[in-house]
Order: sequence, then structure tokens, then C-alpha cells
Amino acid sequence: MEGAIAYAPVQRWSMIEVTGLTKRYGARTAVDDVSFSIEKGEIVGFLGPNGAGKTTTLRMLTGFLPPTAGRARVAGFDVESDSMAVRSRIGYLPETVPIYRDLSVSAYLDFVGRLKGMGRARRRERTAEVVDACGIGDVFTRRIGALSRGYRQRVGLAQALLDDPDVLFLDEPTVGLDPRQIVEIRDLIRGLAGRRTVVLSTHILPEVSLLCRRVLIIHHGRLIADAPPENLRTHGSDALRVDVEARGEADAVRACLARVGGVASVDISNAAQAGVVRAHVTARPGADPREAIAAALASGGIGLRGLSAASITLEDVFVELVTKEA
Amino acid sequence: MAGRVLALYRREIAYYFQSPVAYAVITIFVLLSGYFFYNLLGYFNLSSIQAMQSPLQARSLSLTLSVLQPLFGNMSAVLLLLLPLLTMRLFAEERRSGSAELLFTYPVGDWDVILGKFLAAATVYFVMLAMTIPAVSLLYYFSTPETGAVVSGYLGLFLMGLTFLAMGIFFSSLSDSQLVAGAATFGCGLLLLIVGWITPFVSPGAAAVLNEISIVRHLDGFSRGIIDTNDLVFYANITVFFLFLCARVLESARWRS
Repeated sequence: MEGAIAYAPVQRWSMIEVTGLTKRYGARTAVDDVSFSIEKGEIVGFLGPNGAGKTTTLRMLTGFLPPTAGRARVAGFDVESDSMAVRSRIGYLPETVPIYRDLSVSAYLDFVGRLKGMGRARRRERTAEVVDACGIGDVFTRRIGALSRGYRQRVGLAQALLDDPDVLFLDEPTVGLDPRQIVEIRDLIRGLAGRRTVVLSTHILPEVSLLCRRVLIIHHGRLIADAPPENLRTHGSDALRVDVEARGEADAVRACLARVGGVASVDISNAAQAGVVRAHVTARPGADPREAIAAALASGGIGLRGLSAASITLEDVFVELVTKEA
Repeated sequence: MAGRVLALYRREIAYYFQSPVAYAVITIFVLLSGYFFYNLLGYFNLSSIQAMQSPLQARSLSLTLSVLQPLFGNMSAVLLLLLPLLTMRLFAEERRSGSAELLFTYPVGDWDVILGKFLAAATVYFVMLAMTIPAVSLLYYFSTPETGAVVSGYLGLFLMGLTFLAMGIFFSSLSDSQLVAGAATFGCGLLLLIVGWITPFVSPGAAAVLNEISIVRHLDGFSRGIIDTNDLVFYANITVFFLFLCARVLESARWRS
């Protein structure tokens, strides 16, 4: 019996399935034909500039806003026709944590637990767990209005986690926290991986690299990229970029580099010091002309001081994708 | 279902009684009601003394008609001013602070929220009316008021107040601003209170309609000790109608915003 259970295939089904999701406000389209699916246990970063449609998408997935067109299923239930089933399986931390300032933390969590339909014993047990996990034990009896922003954010996270949801939607969870708190919250989110599906909306790019194994970039309401952060680095263009620092005349360096096979374009920027130039070389797709560049410069009588493949940061990709689309 | 209504109800009750709101509104209502009661009783006393000289006048003296009925009428005017203060916050504040967004991603229905808030406001209102009972029961010490008229008068007043509360919750759901919600409730309530004034100048058909929708006209029967199904149905209808409108607003607000 036990063996049968242990060897039963792990059922992998999509926790979130979005097809053609669209939200229009009059003539303005906030979310435009977005489709993606997220598996159980994934932590997915939802990236985009302000006003890109991240919050609107989250609001549709949480059942707060009905979509204009398209469908979304969360935890196996349609967000429109089975809104209550979805709502009882999710936790949501909105962008501005709008919690009742006049309540104490304990009264607030009790209120939320009752609204989520949790029984007394379960409320008590889960409250103890989330209070511990979110580090709000020392403010448990304080009024929420008197708490600092960081603590309020953690209380917001605590209410989202209270009913042990299958899916967690976090809208900018680390905004307004101090560096130590940011690390704590990130650790907490990372600790949720595997057991829960987490959708993390943010515009802090390092956060995505740190926490997420997959990134969705949304811009002007459209999904423009869907890949793991490390794949995204090469997503913009397959071409290698090489930074060259050389001693010599700018024109001579340019001419020498341009002759190298596999070089697509050369960009010369200001010299760091007199007689030294910096060249940014873009290779043809698939080519790696680094050795050829070194050989060409040496044979051309130009002193090579440094040569490195430029690392493309997520920031670069993000900016590139967003400006290209715009 | 019921547990969620109860949770929302308790949260609102806690807000009313942990802040000065309920105490301020109740105190003002009790003070003003006491003043009206004292005033009406004083006049009744004066008429009674005069009536000792003329038996004809004495026959027309009625505690119900000259004290209770005008008292309930005066109270209804005070309620018109005070009840919007109880309800104007209920949805406007949730909208303004954004807590509505979180509230409606919990597994709670719109009607759970509406009922929780409505019942909380109704409870404060009930306490408010109950606080005036000691003054009115003084009548039993000095005279023999018609108990039926006292009870039905309070019942009518309570039902009329519920229509104001429902109206207030509806307007609160329309606006982010408590002031706008309060002012709209007051305006709408006042209009329904005085709509009967123009009946002499309009066609008989229109006059009949205006009379039917006049909130005070339906109070008359109650304060004379007559519980008419027509009046009961009227107050119940108006209350349910505004709560229903509020549910529609909550639903459509999500479609628009």
C-alpha cells in the first residue's frame, strides 16, 4: 500500500492557467491577450515597468476584477465562475497593504481567519505559525496603525499566508522595507518554494534573479518574455558582446577591429586615460571573435590592455525588451 | 456564511464602540430626544391645567396624540441628521484605504459584507433608541399611556431608521468620500421625508404616489398605535431595495474600476 503511494507518479498540473486574458477600461487596454501557465510549486517573477498591467493581472487572478476577455484558472478553478473556490485557495498581498489601522495585529489576524472560514483551532494554530514565520511576535498586541511600514508589510504577508494557501500573489512585497527586512522577507518567500506556487510582482530586478526560476515580463499589457532569468540574459540577442581596452588611436583601433572576421559592429567610447580607447564590439550571431581580436590587435601594433565578454545583466535585457517593444 | 457575516459584524461593532462615533451619536440623540420630550410634556401639562376649566377640551386631551406622536415625529428628524453619520464610513472608507481590494479577495460574498455592516449599524441604532425608553417610561409613573402606541411607535421609528441606514450604506458604496456619502444620504432621506408637502399642488394621481413614498406618512399609523401591513411592507421594501442597490454597486464597481 505504502509503496503504491510512494511510487505513484507525481501529478503535475498547472496551478495557474491563463489564456487570452484581457482587461479593457473603455478605450484603454490595461492587459492585452496574455497567456501563460504556472506549475505547482513554481516561484514566478512578474516583471514590468509601472503601469504595465501587473497589478491589473493580479487583480484578475485573485478574483477582484473580472476579465474583459479570456479565461484564467487558479488552483483548478475558473476565477470568474468559481470565484469563491479560487478565493479560498489563494493568499494575496496587495501593493499598498490596506489593513485596518484601528485593529491590533492579533484582532486583525483573527478577523482575517474568520473571513477565510477557518475554525477556531486552525486559526489559533496557523496564527502562531505565521506570526513566527513573519517575525511579528513582538508587535502581536500592538495596533496596526502604530506599526512601522516594515512591520505592516509583514502583517500583510501574514494575512496572505494565514490559511496556508496553494497560490500566493505578492505585489511588490519588499517595497519600503530596510535591507535587513528585505533579506528576511526574501528568505521567507524562498522557503515557500516547492510547497506553494508564488507569483511575485516586482520591478526590483535582482529580486527576480534571487528568488525566481522563471520570469514573465509584461509591458503595455502584453507578455513580451517568459523564460528563466538566466536564459533571459541571452534572450535579447544571441550575439556576444566584447569589451576591448586598447592603447592606440581611436580610428586605428576601429579599423583594425572592423576587419576581424565575426565582428558585426564596433563602438568606440571615451578613453579612460590619454591614448587609451574602449571599444564595444558586437559579434555576429554564434561567433566568438575574442582570440581573433587579440591576434588582430597584436599584429596591428595596438597594445591590448583588456578584453572581456560583456556580461549582460537582467537590467540590460529588461530595458532592451521594454524599449524595443515601445 | 453566517460565521463571515458575524466576523464582519463584530469588526464594525468594535469600530463603533472603540471609537467615539457610537458614543457621540447616541449621546446627542438621547439629549435632543430628552429635550423634545420635556418640551412636549410641558405643553401637555399646561393644556391639562387649562382643561380643568373646560370639560369639552378635556375630552380631546390625549397623551398619545399630543406627546407620543409629535415626539416620534421629532425623533425622526433627528435621526435623519444622525443616522447618515453611522453609515457614511462603512464602504467609503474601505474604498478609500484600498482595504476593499483585500476584502473582496477573501472568500466572502458581497451580501455577507453588506449584511455584516448593516446589522452593525442597526445594532448601534437599536441601542440609541433603547436609551430613550427610560424617559418615555416616566409617563407610566404620572399617567396611563397607551402601551400599544408606545410599542408600535418605537417599532415604526426603528423600521424607518433602518431605511435611512440602508440608504446610507448604498450611498457609502458609491463614493470614496465619507462626506459625499453622508450628504447624499441626508439629502435623499430629507426628500423622502418632505415629499408629501407638495401634494396639494400636483394632480391627484401624483399626490397619491407622493403620499405613498413619504417616509413620515408611514410613521403616522405606528405612532398612533396602528400597525398596518402597508407601512411594514413599505419600510421593508425601501430597506431591501437600497441594500440590493448596494450589492449591484459592489458588483459593477469591479467591472468598471
